[in-house]
Order: sequence, then structure tokens, then C-alpha cells
Amino acid sequence: MNAEVRPMKTNAELALADIFAGAKRRLPGNDAVKAQRSGAFDDFMKSGLPHRRVEAWKYTDLRAIMRDAHPLAAPPSAEAKAKARSAGRALAHLRSRRMVIVDGAFAADLSDLVDLEAGVAIRSMAEALTSGDALISAYLGKVAPRDDASLTLNTALMGDGVVIHIAPGVTVERPIHLVFISTSDKPAAVFERSLVVVEPRAHLTLLETYEGPDESQYQVNTALELIVGDAARVDHLKMIAEGRAALHVATQLADIGQSATFNDFCFTTGGAVVRNQLFVRFKGQGAVADIRGVSLLAGRQHGDQTLVADHVAPGCESRETFKSVLDDEARAVFQGKINVHPGAQQTNARMMARALLLSSDAEADCKPELEIFADDVQCGHGSTTGKLNDEQKFYLMARGIPAREAEALLIQAFVGEVVEAIKNEGVKEALMNATLSWLR
Amino acid sequence: MTALLEIRNLHAEIDGQKILNGLDLVVNKGEIHAIMGPNGAGKSTLSYVLAGKPGYEVTAGEALLNNVNIFEMSPDERAAKGLFLAFQYPLEIPGVATMTFLRTAVNAQRKKRGEEELSSPELIKRVREIAMKLGIDTEMLRRPVNVGFSGGEKKRNETLQMVLLQPTLCVLDETDSGLDIDALKVVANGVNQLRSPDRGMVVITHYQRLLDHIVPDVVHVLSAGRIARTGGKALALELEAMGYAQYQGEAA
Repeated sequence: MNAEVRPMKTNAELALADIFAGAKRRLPGNDAVKAQRSGAFDDFMKSGLPHRRVEAWKYTDLRAIMRDAHPLAAPPSAEAKAKARSAGRALAHLRSRRMVIVDGAFAADLSDLVDLEAGVAIRSMAEALTSGDALISAYLGKVAPRDDASLTLNTALMGDGVVIHIAPGVTVERPIHLVFISTSDKPAAVFERSLVVVEPRAHLTLLETYEGPDESQYQVNTALELIVGDAARVDHLKMIAEGRAALHVATQLADIGQSATFNDFCFTTGGAVVRNQLFVRFKGQGAVADIRGVSLLAGRQHGDQTLVADHVAPGCESRETFKSVLDDEARAVFQGKINVHPGAQQTNARMMARALLLSSDAEADCKPELEIFADDVQCGHGSTTGKLNDEQKFYLMARGIPAREAEALLIQAFVGEVVEAIKNEGVKEALMNATLSWLR
Repeated sequence: MTALLEIRNLHAEIDGQKILNGLDLVVNKGEIHAIMGPNGAGKSTLSYVLAGKPGYEVTAGEALLNNVNIFEMSPDERAAKGLFLAFQYPLEIPGVATMTFLRTAVNAQRKKRGEEELSSPELIKRVREIAMKLGIDTEMLRRPVNVGFSGGEKKRNETLQMVLLQPTLCVLDETDSGLDIDALKVVANGVNQLRSPDRGMVVITHYQRLLDHIVPDVVHVLSAGRIARTGGKALALELEAMGYAQYQGEAA
């Protein structure tokens, strides 16, 4: 007798199937998008939620963590929008152009869409999906493509976000700030998707902040596709300051063109469980990327930074530096993989992960990987895990600095080393201030 | 004469190993005491025990600074009380700007003493004045604490901190080790600037050389964890000529 192998579905997977069945007709998109959604959902149901036996999700067992899938968040009420006005405060001093996404929906009335610089186009993702925007058909789902169940689920259920286009050669002076906020006090889920296309020789500073209430168990699945054109430059900062009970799963896909520059920084302080995965593809010769991250975690927070750098073109340079400071029973995961494809000669890639444990119950897991299929490359990786240096602490105390203040100074220094390289003084200041408030 | 520091019957150990064995020492206000002795006599241990370094356990005795037992205080409280240890090996602290460090230290001490905190411009002014007086390159102040400093630069930085913090008791732990003559003069200059009737100094050194520049009132020989001999500055010259051989036996 041949029994068909049919893996058991979890409650969350069954709930997701119901949610998709109920929502697929009203989710935004023309026929092509609807077909893309259905295909994605079928793929998702085949694999299910990623779990610990999927190597890329080894340390963040989403199937075990997501006991339930929450219903899609309701469109934002006037009250929700009122809360959103003060969101993204950590970066307010940068006088950036704010694009506000409330409970997964782009709020044009809260966003700064007037007097866009010449060559800058911004619209809502939902609108772009419905109207058959040329950028959508050209790029969506095609940037650094990845077979990943959380991303597939995002493609099936993506609601809103922004689509940004920067014309060739345009330097956008004001940073664009994507302000994501969840306001619901009931368990709710949002699926956000954004696409940012920076054409050749254009410059853009892109900021993202995520936040929400501490009391609510909301779930965020967000994805960003980013194209950095030839000789273009993108500085990207993401601050994850979600509420204490939130689940934040994020995928960032980036294609980097010839001689382009890409600086990325992810700063995590919030959320119960955070999975932030970056897939960066070096497509054009001589591209340079500097990818950094800092996670400051306490309580029982779980923060997973996963990075795959795909060196496809020759002569590209990548630097990856990730640090975490862990108190109480917090856990940080760093998975970093550098793939050097055949033909990507003269690749220069270096990756470093450091964890600072403030408590004996904290845990850091680090998995660096190199896969090299070219013979003329320089690649390296390293990782360290340790506690505060007692000798340094004593030195500070011997000068009159109390223990707690001495520890705070050393932690700031540990974080400062990663922040130091940021060119934008305002961003640097914001991150050091955020570090200070975490220390309090 | 008023005693500034009184150490009585001090016993101390590290990891169960006895290093100090009933050390007595009285430093009066206005005096400079040199403590000399062979390697392993307990010179650095004495300085760490006074400053309160974790891992150094006082098993008996007391140390009174202005009549208050400092062994009951944390290292930062001792510093606020006026104790300053110039480290033999000053620590490098990457990521902490020298100015931030100095400001935090000065203001932490002032706060603990109930004094008003110094503003950044006021502090920068003071630091620059001291640096100029000591002949310290202000470029050093722009770097993180001691990072990439040569041995001499580190000791200059210690001296600058000492002059800035205006302690009542300075303990210099082998400050001359690894110093060229120019750096030695900077350090001596700093110490001599601080000489005052209210202040006391304990200069720990293996060699007589530093004492040409910082002239002590009293010289002690430390051996096997206690003071073996006390004399005037001539004792330092005698030790330089004769070596520590006669005290080594005792140490072993």
C-alpha cells in the first residue's frame, strides 16, 4: 500500500490558508499579480513555515515560534493615524521626507508627497500592484531572487508599502524615511512590501523605522526590494524598535550595479522575535558594499540577523560587521554567508561578528560561511563572543566612574565602533542616542 | 604632622596566594614616599589593593585615608575621596574618546563630592592648559583612551589625568617602566607640580632613576610583603649601588 506523504499542517499554517482564501480577492493587484500570489501561496503551502531543520532557519524556528497566524490588520482608523503622527521620532531631526505606513497600509495623508524633487517618484505599493506599474512587472520578485518561505508568504499576502523610483543621475538631498507603525491592540498581522529603484548615478538615503505597542502580539512580515544602479549610491538605515511582544520577519533583497556603493545598517532594539534577512547580489563589476548591524537585546528577546552576500560579478568589495549586546536571557543569532560565484575574481570580502554578553544566561550563536568558486579572491570571516573587560572597567572606576556608568561607557564604545563609519552625522547621533536610551 | 595615609598590618592575597604580610606604612601630608624592592616583593599588589582592584583580597588590616578606611569603599568611591593610582600599564579603551573619559571621570567625582559638574568647554579649557604645561601634544586628546599610544604617551596621559583630577594621595606604580628620559621628565614635572602641603605621594619603583627627578622624603624597601627597611633618600642610592640581593633571600 502506498500512503501519500502529507505533512501535518500547524495551526498557524491552517490559519494562513484560511486568511489567504478569504483575502485573495480583495488583496491589491491586477491579474498578473493575482496569479503571482496564488503561485506563491501554493509554494508556501508545500514547504510550510520554515523550521529548524531548514538550515537557513536553524536558530529561528518560525514554525515553533508562530503558534498562531493573526488575522490581517484592519485598515487604519483615524485614531490609528493620529498615533502614527509621532512615529519615527528617533530620526525626526534628519528632516527627511516621511512616508507613513500604518498597520500595513500606506497613508498618503500622513506622507510628505508635495514638492517631490525632479526625478523622484513615489507611490503606494497597493496602487502600483493594481494599476500594473511598469516597475512592478520589471522588478517585483526578481531582485536577488531567493527561495525562502517567509518571502514567499509575503509575496502571497503583500498588502501595501511604497514604490520609489529615482531617475538616473539624481542626487536626492532629503533622506526618504519609511515610517512603519503598528497600532492595533488586538493580535493582527501585516504583510508589507516595498520596491526602491535607484537608477544609475543617482544617490539616495533611505531610512526605515518599525515600531508598535508593547502590549500587543502583532506580527510583521515585511520585504524590501532594492536596486542600486550602476555608479549609484544608496545609504540605508533600518531601525527595528517593535513592541515587546511583536514578531518581526523581514527580507531585504538588493541588486548592486557596476561601481555602485551600498551602505546598509540595521539597528535592532525591539520585538520579541526578530528575523532580519538580507540577500545582497553583487551584479556589476567593482561594486562596494558595507553592511553593518547592531542588536541590543534584553529580557527574552531573540534577534536573528541573516546575511547572504552573492558575489556574481568580479572585483567587488564587501564588508560585513555585526555586533550584539545581550542582557538577561536574550539571544542573538548571526548567520553570514559569502558566496563567490565562478568568474567573480578579485572579490574582496570580509565578515566579522562580535557579541558582548552582559549576563551568563544570554546566548550568541554565530554561523559564518564561505563558499568560493573562484581562485583569485580575498575572503575572511571572524567572530568573537565575550563579556565586558574587567580590567578596562576597573581602570574607569579607578578614575572615579561608578560601575554602572563604566559599563555603559564600555558598551557605548563597543557599539560606537560599528556606528563610527557612518558618514551622516545625524544618523550617527540618532544611533548613539538610541544606544544611550537602551542603556537606561 | 598629620597622617594622610595610614596602612596598618595589611595582609592581602590573590587566588589564595599571600602577597602582603603585615605591611605598615604612614604617609604624612606633604610627604613623598618611595617604595622600592625586588620583583615579586608585592609592590604592584600594594597599589592595586589600595585602588580596590577586584581579585585582590584583603585578609587583615586597614588603610585609612584622612582617617577613613578605604577598604570599605568601591574603587570609584576611593577615587572621589582623593586617591589616584597611576597605572603601570594603562588600559587602552577603544571607542571611548579621551575627552569623554576625562569629562565623565571629573564630573563623577565632583558629583560624589557634592560639587557642581564642569561644563564641556570649561573642561576642555582645563585639559588644554594642563597639556600645555606638561608639554603633551593635544592631538593625543582626540584619540580614544590610550589607543595606539606609545608607552611614553600612556604615562603622559596618566600624568595629565592626575593633574586634572587633583587627588590628595597619588600612588604611582612603576611609572618609570618603559619610559625614555623625555617622558620621564614629563611625569616628574607633573608630580612636582602637584607637590603641596596637603598632598601625599607614594612612588613605587624598581630603579633609583625616577627619584633623581621626584625627590622623596622617605624611602622604603618592600620585601616579602612587608616593609623591610626605611631610610632617607640616600637609601635609594645605596640600593642602586648594592642591588636587592640582601632582600631577595627574605622574599624567597
